[in-house]
Amino acid sequence: MAKVPGTKGLNLDESLIFERSRKGRTGFSLPVEDQDLREISTSHVPAPLERKDGLDFLPSVSEVDVVRHFTRLSSWNYGVDSGMYPLGSCTMKYNPKISEAAARRPGFANLHPLAPESLSQGALQLMYELQQFLAEIGGFAAVTLQPAAGAHGELTGIKMVRAFHLDVHGRPRKKVIIPDTAHGTNPASSALNGYEVVEISSGDDGVLHAEQVREAMDEEVAALMLTNPNTLGLFEEHIAEIAGIVHEKGGLLYCDGANMNALLGKARPGDMGVDVLQFNLHKTFSTPHGGGGPGSGPVGVGKVLEPYLPVPVVTHKGDRYHLDNDRPKSVGKMRSFFGNFGVMVRAYTYLLEMGPAGLTRAAELAVLNANYVKSRLEKYYHLPYKKICMHECVLSDKMQKANGVKTIDIAKRLIDLGFHPPTIYFPLVVDGAMMIEPTETESLESLESFVSAMKQIAKEAKTDPGIVKSAPHNTRLSRLDETLAARNPVLTWSKHD
Amino acid sequence: MRYLPHTTQDISIMLHELGFEGIEDLFAGIPHSLMLQRDLHLPGPMSEPELNRHLENLEKANPAASCISFLGAGAYSHAVPAAVDAIVSRSEFSTAYTPYQPEVSQGTLQSIFEFQTVTAGLLGMDVANASMYDGASAAAEAVLMAKRVRRNITRIVLSAGLLPEVGRTIETYVSALDLEIIEAPLSGEGILDLGALSAALDKDTALVVQTPNFLGCIEDMRSLAGLAGEKNAFFISFTAEPYSLAVLEPPGSFGVDVATAEGQAFGNPVSFGGPYLGLFATSKKYVRRMPGRLVGLTRDGAGKQGFVLTLATREQHIRRARATSNICSNEGLCALASLVHLCCLGPEGLARAARISRANAEYLKAGIAEIPGFSIPYKASTFNEFVVETPVPANDLVQESTRHGILPGVPLNRLKNGNENRLLICTSELHTRQDLDNLIRVLKQRGA
Amino acid sequence: MNIPEDLKYSRTHEWVRIENDEIAVVGITDHAQEQLGDVVYLGFEDEEGLTIEEGTEIVKGRQFGVVESSKTLAELYAPVGGEVVEVNHTLTNNLETINDDPYEDGWMVKIRVSDPGDLDDLMNAAEYKQFLEEEAH
Repeated sequence: MAKVPGTKGLNLDESLIFERSRKGRTGFSLPVEDQDLREISTSHVPAPLERKDGLDFLPSVSEVDVVRHFTRLSSWNYGVDSGMYPLGSCTMKYNPKISEAAARRPGFANLHPLAPESLSQGALQLMYELQQFLAEIGGFAAVTLQPAAGAHGELTGIKMVRAFHLDVHGRPRKKVIIPDTAHGTNPASSALNGYEVVEISSGDDGVLHAEQVREAMDEEVAALMLTNPNTLGLFEEHIAEIAGIVHEKGGLLYCDGANMNALLGKARPGDMGVDVLQFNLHKTFSTPHGGGGPGSGPVGVGKVLEPYLPVPVVTHKGDRYHLDNDRPKSVGKMRSFFGNFGVMVRAYTYLLEMGPAGLTRAAELAVLNANYVKSRLEKYYHLPYKKICMHECVLSDKMQKANGVKTIDIAKRLIDLGFHPPTIYFPLVVDGAMMIEPTETESLESLESFVSAMKQIAKEAKTDPGIVKSAPHNTRLSRLDETLAARNPVLTWSKHD
Repeated sequence: MRYLPHTTQDISIMLHELGFEGIEDLFAGIPHSLMLQRDLHLPGPMSEPELNRHLENLEKANPAASCISFLGAGAYSHAVPAAVDAIVSRSEFSTAYTPYQPEVSQGTLQSIFEFQTVTAGLLGMDVANASMYDGASAAAEAVLMAKRVRRNITRIVLSAGLLPEVGRTIETYVSALDLEIIEAPLSGEGILDLGALSAALDKDTALVVQTPNFLGCIEDMRSLAGLAGEKNAFFISFTAEPYSLAVLEPPGSFGVDVATAEGQAFGNPVSFGGPYLGLFATSKKYVRRMPGRLVGLTRDGAGKQGFVLTLATREQHIRRARATSNICSNEGLCALASLVHLCCLGPEGLARAARISRANAEYLKAGIAEIPGFSIPYKASTFNEFVVETPVPANDLVQESTRHGILPGVPLNRLKNGNENRLLICTSELHTRQDLDNLIRVLKQRGA
Repeated sequence: MNIPEDLKYSRTHEWVRIENDEIAVVGITDHAQEQLGDVVYLGFEDEEGLTIEEGTEIVKGRQFGVVESSKTLAELYAPVGGEVVEVNHTLTNNLETINDDPYEDGWMVKIRVSDPGDLDDLMNAAEYKQFLEEEAH
């Protein structure tokens, strides 16, 4: 059995930064103020609007304090660079260091978004090419890079759907159909656009069937939103037929591109009848998740939706790149400027390094890794859908429940053994779900080590369930009391707490 | 391929376990007709040296990045301590995701809690969230929240002093709601016309005000607060340049319902427009109605202090179609950069940087006003950004100045259609006296 | 599972006790609190977010509140229609009572029943028990 990396390590305690504060300590190095200038400045302050609290909510600390504080905090985190992070649907693959260096290049980082276009051609070229690359990968006519995250991309996509119906049919229509396996952002994005959400169930085989769609589909449906591969890790094999049914009634097909990693170079949503899809650059194109962001959620669209893209779109004429704001049918703007450029630079760098064959290989190995883990674990954990999976597989705690061990316990015990847990209790259609997405950047040894950890837990669930139910044991803190946090929310620090 | 660790032998071991002959068997679930029958038409692969050369060439095509810049208008450059990048480069922070598993995410969680504390303090509010996509989307989310808190709201009054991008984002966000959007005009002084505003407000309105506004002028928040209170309008503030909060009374002291801001200037590079972060703060009574992630204090099984994501029932993964917002993340690393930046600066450093920025602007204003043909059209007080009336189209001035390695400002008509002879100039503590004098000299060459 | 014999039950897991022939005392069942887990929030509000208070006329089947645990939430629906005569505000600061004592101190609202016919639609203890068994499958 392969060795698991989990062990007890050196753990340093650390208080809040505010508790390190000592009056008189500083962590900055700024020019000394010019006294003449200071007088000019203060003479113009409207006195009643002047701040008087002395900014006393900020700590007074040295640079040493700051660096030590945050370095200690960082040691309490688990990242992709720490080890395998099989968080399903989040595609926690390795984030190349060259992409980090690329985004920090001064020619990108110091470029102001309102600098003259003629002096920002390099950045515009990069954006233009990234639009083209994504359009090619997804099989789309056009792409906007503006959305800041996947959910933001969904919101943008559904706005375009709405603008299309208003423009073509004179009304936005009323409903969006969403399968029960969908991410929670899908119904939320639809509702924010004023749509009533109609939930339909997937079949017993875990995928959506044409009959269900046909039954729910009418001329009040603006769009059907599906995820492909879906959150069970299964390819929606009837997608082409479903697209036909939706289109026949004048609706549009939205595809949540969260799971695009499985399809790179193998199949393209645009070729399957998808009208609009959001990419997640922080998943598929390997930009770091940053503890929750920044991400980037470009949206690809077919010809019919192109006029409604948010402004600006980067265009190319002759040897010049240009920000096109003159788009009368555009939905408008989803945020300031053009999107998370720093994230685009990272994804662009990744795409160029991988090349077309490398990307296809990434998809293949992601699928191979997921199937391998599934195959190695199906004797020990209940596998609700017994078929070939794509980039992730879903197991459940059904076999362990008999001994009182639940998914949450298995997740916490994995931490002890040195792994980040999978996505748990999602998708909702599987009771006690564990959604495992190893990604292509995990080696066979690393998968074997994970399998060993999962097998050990399955064994412990029978022989020593207590150790699983009380995990984690090796972390600085044991399980945290979420009820206490929610009953009396303390969301900021104050001296008296 | 350096990111794909599989050897040929590994692959055959794995396929053997699965009982398959080749990897293509794993894609049998995709109907053949839907498979791509050709290679993707993409460039690459490139080696690291080739890629670096290519990126260098792209950088060179961005000469604006190395100019002395007086550009602001929603994206601000300030002095950032090197410690900030050293911390955000730590991959324990950058390669982690949303802290769903608190026991292995305390670094992210505690830093967000500290960020919330600092943000609430800056804006003078009770509570702040873990950050939003950017300032514009934060302002738009505030308007959506206004509508949730007060169902009776039928009209959104946007100050004409809002950065046009922010106004446009709000309009886009609320486009599916049945809301009337009107613009409250500015007076000749460059700040909101109180008479016109008064006529636009009532209990069924939400008001969004930016201060300093996009012309750089500091709004009379006291009077605006009085008016919003008297008319019982839902009051939302937006701050584009957060350094202004170091010298101006925070929005919370004027009783705003929601305070929003663009947080980029704290520790994040201008980076051609993103990633940035939105600051979002409100009062305690609205905490269950606010969008975005929240981190709260709690204890572990042994009673030790720790942090968790909390009040999650507001969010999409539980409430789905009835969530307060569809947002399911924050701008984590940008928020961390802001926090580290603000901790390094501390109260003294932040105040000093803000004072120097403002003093530099006053120095420039006085110098430019003396150049024949140039004038300062708005009389209201400003912070570090102000408008100049130019004798020639501002765009021409920009083109000429860049030859001297200076970006003198943003032509106002790039932000909003209108007078082409107006330039928006912004300064910070990064500018030396020589930079300021150089700008004045370059503009003088075009003086009448 | 505690299902007191003397109460009436709704299909949405509220219980009703009739006092003085016309006042319906309403709370959530033992089963409901167990499904939720530790309650972290109780809000007396309708679907629109409007406050439910003494004097509010409530329609049978409409939302009178929302109860949340750290992981999930449930709407509370009025099992009978009528005027709300009392709201158990002490619960708001003693949320554990909803978990610990759902049938006594954990009561939530008292409603003056406007149509006694509403009560006929509710289940008795045996019927509710059977309903729970069916729901489990």
